[in-house]
Amino acid sequence: MTDWRPPLVLVGAWLGLLALLALTVTLAYVPLGAGNAVVSLAIGTIKAALVAAIFMELRHRGGLTLVFAGAGLFWLGILLWLGSMDFLTRT
Amino acid sequence: MSETNYLTTDYTLRSWFLTTDHKRIAILYFASLIFFFFIGGAAATAMRIELATPQADLVSSDAYNRLFTMHGIIMVWFFLIPSIPNTLGNFIVPLMIGARDLAFPRLNLMSWYIFMLGGSTTLFAIFAGGIDTGWTFYTPFSTLYSNSYVIVAAAGVFIAGFSSILTGLNFIVTIHRLRAPGLTWYRLPLFLWSLYATSVILVLATPVLAITLLLMATERFFGVGIFDPRIGGDPLLFQHLFWFYSHPAVYIMILPGMGVINELVSCFSRKQVFGYKFVAWCSLAIAAVGFLVWGHHMFVSGQSLVASLVFSFMSFIVAVPSAIKVFNWTATLHKGSIHFDAPMLYALAFIGLFTIGGLTGLFLACLAFDVHATDTYFVVAHFHYIMVGGMVTAYFGGLHYWWPKITGRLYSEYWARTAAVLIFFGFNLTFFPQFILGAEGMPRRYHVYPPEFQVWNVLSSGGAAILAVAYLMPLFYLGYSAFFGKRAPANPWDAPGLEWQTSSPPPEFNFTTQPLVTRAPYQYNEAFEAKPQNA
Ligand code: HEM
Ligand SMILES: [Cu+2]
Repeated sequence: MTDWRPPLVLVGAWLGLLALLALTVTLAYVPLGAGNAVVSLAIGTIKAALVAAIFMELRHRGGLTLVFAGAGLFWLGILLWLGSMDFLTRT
Repeated sequence: MSETNYLTTDYTLRSWFLTTDHKRIAILYFASLIFFFFIGGAAATAMRIELATPQADLVSSDAYNRLFTMHGIIMVWFFLIPSIPNTLGNFIVPLMIGARDLAFPRLNLMSWYIFMLGGSTTLFAIFAGGIDTGWTFYTPFSTLYSNSYVIVAAAGVFIAGFSSILTGLNFIVTIHRLRAPGLTWYRLPLFLWSLYATSVILVLATPVLAITLLLMATERFFGVGIFDPRIGGDPLLFQHLFWFYSHPAVYIMILPGMGVINELVSCFSRKQVFGYKFVAWCSLAIAAVGFLVWGHHMFVSGQSLVASLVFSFMSFIVAVPSAIKVFNWTATLHKGSIHFDAPMLYALAFIGLFTIGGLTGLFLACLAFDVHATDTYFVVAHFHYIMVGGMVTAYFGGLHYWWPKITGRLYSEYWARTAAVLIFFGFNLTFFPQFILGAEGMPRRYHVYPPEFQVWNVLSSGGAAILAVAYLMPLFYLGYSAFFGKRAPANPWDAPGLEWQTSSPPPEFNFTTQPLVTRAPYQYNEAFEAKPQNA
């Protein structure tokens, strides 16, 4: 386990997530065309990174734990890569 | 034997239901899985009776849909996926690595409770009226048209998934952290390598199933457009997500069986497993490459030709590590001192049946052949050869092999061998005709068929009757052994694994002194003579 740490970080991260959520909802009503998807995916990625780094405490971990976390990300990449291969090459 | 062991430390119900002992939790899983196996088996029996004649005589087409759905859901998620990992694995993993328990004993108990909650939820859906989507929950039928208990059944599967994830996590951490001094990775028995690979799949794939079922329920319940193209969804997305989980899941359902076979083949050939490192890394290769082939379930779905070609190619690649294992088991047998004890009969059956199942998988991975065979009995025969002929056979083999350790009793070798032979015979009679039926074009999932298919169906139903009797037999002779069998010595097979170094059944914390490992696994002493085992 890591040292005791002021819960302020957690509160801050939580508030950050709520702010990003509000931003997602607001931007959904701004017509950006294809940009809407890009923006909301980008915000989603930031949110996931916040959760991983702060709530899952990955920023305090090393070695094996990061390898496993990276594996999760890599596998998600496989899903998106081979999945979109179908969508992008359909005739 | 008067010292207390894990079974005699406490007899209260409370001591069972609140136990954190991995051995007792394994027994809880055993009992639950027997229950689910018989429910799933009952559905299969009803279907085989119906299929004995071409016309509908036992059930309506609607009831038949519910039968095969119930059979598939129960057998996949409530029997086969937890089968070897949660029973034999739970019991043996800490013993094999010289640990007192798994890394997270309470999480282990929790995973059983979650499993039972999921199981009860799905059973509720089944008895409240059933589900008719098939085990695959394909949209748009599941989201738009079916008026059966889809969401409840899916919720049960969703819940049970968390039990899978927790078990996988527990095994990964245990194998990394709790190995006895001297037990390096290359000294691990191959059963542990295969369970490790299985656990990686459990942790990486199961969340995708959870998400998929959740999305399906969301579309069904709230009408949010995810899969339905009329409201902005993509019609193939469900299948991509579902098979991204479910093809790796078929490896969850075979890797543990392969792991057991390593232990059996080396023990009853009195030899080290041939090419240990190859077999070990093949488990991980299967786990990884198994994620790249899911589209072979979608060749006729309308997915792009490019995707089909890539998935077809990858499916050929994924068969390579499986084939390596089969060759290595055969090489292990070569010039071994072979003993035909009951566990070995199961192991030999596994090798043959798994090979047939795997090779027919390669047929199906060919685009042109699959167009002909998809959704026919050929596919049904293919996966039953692997899942039942392979995994269930390995489960029985492992159960007999470790039975003396688990219960501290010996069983009747005569009855055990009889059952093994009957299972092999009944299995082939049930499923081989289905290859022929499929090749001739009989579609799966119908309860009526043209009369010219009847001969093969009658053979198949007859085989199923034999198989049913053969599967019931262990209930009797193992049940008898558990209470009245002769006491087993600590090491009835004269095997070198750590699990045999402690008494049978093991004490509550497995070992009285911390074991120390100084050599590679499978250092068998050839002089072993099978001891007569009479209950
Ligand atoms: C040698 C590796 C394997 C290959 C190349 C392979 C290939 C295939 C293909 C192409 C299909 C789709 C057939 C169709 O629907 O038209 C299929 C179906 C299936 N396979 Fe395999 N397979 C392999 C191993 C396994 C294993 C190890 C298992 C189980 C433990 C398994 C279980 C299944 C199941 C359950 C289905 C049918 C799913 C359904 O539609 O309900 N396969 N296989
Ligand atoms: Cu597959």
